[in-house]
Amino acid sequence: MTSDPASVRTALETVPGIPCEGEAPVFAEPWQAQAFAMALTLQQRGVFSWNEWADELGAQIKAAIAGGDPDDGTTYYRHWLATLERLVARKGIASAETLDRYYNAWDHAADRTPHGQTIELRADDFR
Amino acid sequence: MSSNHDHDHGHNHDHEHGSELSEMQLRVRALETILTEKGYVDPAALDSIIETYETKVGPHIGAQVVARAWADSGFREALLADASKAIAQLGLQQKVGDHLVAVENTPTTHNMIVCTLCSCYPWDLLGLPPAWYKSAPYRARTVKEPRKVLADFGVTLPDETKVRVWDSTAETRFIVLPMRPAATEGWSEEKLAELVTRDSMIGTGLPKAANEVQA
Repeated sequence: MTSDPASVRTALETVPGIPCEGEAPVFAEPWQAQAFAMALTLQQRGVFSWNEWADELGAQIKAAIAGGDPDDGTTYYRHWLATLERLVARKGIASAETLDRYYNAWDHAADRTPHGQTIELRADDFR
Repeated sequence: MSSNHDHDHGHNHDHEHGSELSEMQLRVRALETILTEKGYVDPAALDSIIETYETKVGPHIGAQVVARAWADSGFREALLADASKAIAQLGLQQKVGDHLVAVENTPTTHNMIVCTLCSCYPWDLLGLPPAWYKSAPYRARTVKEPRKVLADFGVTLPDETKVRVWDSTAETRFIVLPMRPAATEGWSEEKLAELVTRDSMIGTGLPKAANEVQA
């Protein structure tokens, strides 16, 4: 599965608010591109459709704005990632607890990795 | 996710010894690991998607900074003395982190930067790092045989040019100030900036030649 231009185009047409430069999405930080790529891949695998994604993301953003989110685009990919996490849980791929466990394991892995070395996850990071 | 990710991770860690990932980086890694383990995504395929957009990350102010340094020797000196301060004084919208060091290429010295990307890659200046940049082999080889790595990138330097490799740390990040290409006298900063590639600011490439940019 590679970067399928048709799938990206459909995403840009269906999902409102994706920050773009010309016809390509732009990202403020690398993790945003990773979150984008994961959603693209799951959509291509049929885990969800872009319509379903747009509804979920829209609901997430609406709730965030009600809670005081600035709604200026700077938090777009935070909502994107939160939507990804919620959908992955709902589809039975990984629960919030599992995500938390991996989160803490990566945090531990980063902590014990001397600066300048590649951070890799090991079994004993899951304490 | 329902749980709250307000852990205070990283900020009190000992930067001298450990690495640090931001909350968002940790969440992305957690998700990616699970999706990979379950066979939903292939990290290499994700990289190839990301690579498509690698030039589309960040405001690319690095090119503006380099162009200014070429055009304005006072700024060049300020940049080499204290890059964070010099860039802050440009009044750009984007905030640049502290402890940024600009290293200048000369006919006798070529600089290259390595880092393993926990939080020290200056993407605010350079955009998204290319996939190869985060690979362990790149870093190891660059330290050991920088000229061969440069050759892989199609860069051949004169024998008398020394190659210096700079290893980013959590506290210090680097940007290479490449040499201004020949035959660009009198160019505007805007046009000069078009010559500046990301790779030329990491040191794995050279700026474009004057004739590669449309008049």
